[in-house]
Amino acid sequence: MNARTSADLEAVLTSLEAPVRLVFFTQTFGCDSCLSARRIVDRIASLSDHVTVEEFNLVLDTDQAAAYGVQRAPAIAVVGETDVGIRFYGAPEGHELVSLVDAIALVSSADSGLSDDSRARIAAVDQPIHIQVFATPT
Amino acid sequence: MALESAYITASAIAAVEYPDLVHQYRVTGVPKTVVNDRTEILGAEPEASFVAHVLESIA
Repeated sequence: MNARTSADLEAVLTSLEAPVRLVFFTQTFGCDSCLSARRIVDRIASLSDHVTVEEFNLVLDTDQAAAYGVQRAPAIAVVGETDVGIRFYGAPEGHELVSLVDAIALVSSADSGLSDDSRARIAAVDQPIHIQVFATPT
Repeated sequence: MALESAYITASAIAAVEYPDLVHQYRVTGVPKTVVNDRTEILGAEPEASFVAHVLESIA
């Protein structure tokens, strides 16, 4: 899926068929982008009956932060039927917004869309792999 | 990939907001992917190549 325009993103969100929780971590001080991140997740949730937002404070809700393995804010855990470990750090704007909406659709469908060959190779993984992708909005 | 394996987790990081991480992982261009703090993938790659590179981190 290559959602691009705002209309595309809305179409993706309105066609979700299974619930996704956006577990949002904010902090009160020293987080310039937390407010814009909050606006974005709220906007996404407003476009789909299947998307809900849960907000926690990184500093105060330490149990939740530990449970989701989040050490920075703003952070968004994209959680479907299970938590497969997908996180977004920073306000998701531009390309990052597209990536977030794509991630929501993937988690909702529980279908990675990967090739059979990729799936077979990944199924053989027997130790932790943490992938960090650095990106910019433009 | 995170969907396909309970062992795999994935984070997308807005580089401009985390200069400390950009410095730590020597991010000079985006997209840059860092796997297990070790394997680095510069730029976007086709799926098969990306998967192969990610799995190199545990080879």
